[in-house]
Amino acid sequence: MSYRSHLEEVLADGRFVVTAEIGPPKGADVGKMRQKAEVVRGYADAFNVTDNQTAVVRLSSFAGCMVLLQMGIEPIMQMTCRDRNRIALQSDVLGASALGIRNILCLTGDHQSFGNHPGAKGVFDIDSIQLLQIIKDMRDRGVFQSGDPLIASRPIVFLGAAANPYADPFEIQVDRLRKKMNAGAEFIQTQSVYDIEKFTQWMDDVRSQGLDKNISILAGVTPLKSVKMAERMKFHVPGTDVPDQVYERMKAAADPPKEGYAIALETIRELKAVPGLRGIHITALFWEEIIPALVKDAGLTPTV
Amino acid sequence: MIITKQKNFADLLRCIDNKSVFLIGCNECATLCRTGGKEEIAALKEALGKHKIPVTGWVVLEPACHLMNDKQMLKKFDSELKRSEKVLVLACGNGVQTVAELLAEKDVIAGTDTLFLGEISRINEFDKRCMLCGECLVDAFGGFCPVSRCPKSMLNGPCGGSSGGKCEVNKEMECVWDTVYQALKKKGKLQVFTAIQKPKDWSKTLEQKRRV
Repeated sequence: MSYRSHLEEVLADGRFVVTAEIGPPKGADVGKMRQKAEVVRGYADAFNVTDNQTAVVRLSSFAGCMVLLQMGIEPIMQMTCRDRNRIALQSDVLGASALGIRNILCLTGDHQSFGNHPGAKGVFDIDSIQLLQIIKDMRDRGVFQSGDPLIASRPIVFLGAAANPYADPFEIQVDRLRKKMNAGAEFIQTQSVYDIEKFTQWMDDVRSQGLDKNISILAGVTPLKSVKMAERMKFHVPGTDVPDQVYERMKAAADPPKEGYAIALETIRELKAVPGLRGIHITALFWEEIIPALVKDAGLTPTV
Repeated sequence: MIITKQKNFADLLRCIDNKSVFLIGCNECATLCRTGGKEEIAALKEALGKHKIPVTGWVVLEPACHLMNDKQMLKKFDSELKRSEKVLVLACGNGVQTVAELLAEKDVIAGTDTLFLGEISRINEFDKRCMLCGECLVDAFGGFCPVSRCPKSMLNGPCGGSSGGKCEVNKEMECVWDTVYQALKKKGKLQVFTAIQKPKDWSKTLEQKRRV
């Protein structure tokens, strides 16, 4: 069996997988990004490169993925629908595949009002589910969204999407996951988990419908570095759910980074025991250097 | 109805630039929005008077977007129009343009910002309902429009930022997908949450042609 990406292969092997996020720089120098990547090399099976996350302009995901590829590190290219229409997105899929990017994570994207260009016109020509379907059709049927055929090679990509077990209405979140799966998602990275109980409840629903058999779910883990960050995640970041208990622990801690690390480690240990879960996705915002210790202490062993 | 908001008075003064001005309102949307009816014209005339701006005359068109009507009505104000250096229009973007077309030699000032096609929810409260996309899909969504009412125009369900029925972009704003969900749940028609809605055909927006 030949796999489209290393990530697909390790998931097929049945190992508990680790992916992690690397944020590209807010400038034209990739030196720091290379340093960050060097520090975390070997501690995840693949690394997400974000696409202007929270609508703040950064070096493009495509370019960031190429930096990782040049270093021999497997990237997951994040693509949002906020800044590009279906023409630009399809064009970038062709380019990415041709240059060796093998994993794409399809997102609708944070609204531009959250970023550093609130006056920008959001594109939102299509949504994440339509993007999944479009790339799947390019890959499997050799047609563009319009129905026009691709000439020569089709893109070779392993497709992912995001899911938020904490979004409302809760009752439709599993339907939404199935929709993403039907549209083409093969793996899922979830919103950061702080409320393990609600996450487990969502996973129970996912399993009861057998979806975990057809799609690989990785749970999001974001270590809290400070009380301020806990506050931001609790009150300001859309779609995240930091329970009072976790927030209180951070506030009461003598050494907040240490406490945040301990919470993340406990979360990973609990997540490892959730049936049907295939791995974790670490988003260590401005704290990438913590990833090696976290992965080692959690007893996870990525194979790269 | 086309919802408009009057531009702030300082901006209008800057555009008028101490010249004489003729005021034009509209008897339909701008009257209902209270941005360009008789009362608003009178109030503006008074305010301009306090700044010693000569107002040569005024008319409320019926409605401003009606080219033929405008032509006839404006004829009656020929002398007032001749005496004014500027024309200020309190109507939607369409009304302003129709007037500008008829008064090609004048400096026409838009007195309002045109916001959206919406409903009057209460007096002086307006809600966006439509963005004139050219192909109505609301029947697929229980009679509600995510194209115009979701800031991301999502066609396949709410984004991860929908929380407690509110939109992540503005907590004062309902998440239209939550509205769709509540409505369709009552009807037992939740298929829209499982069937994939295809990308929208934006060629229907009539960007390539302007006349119907």
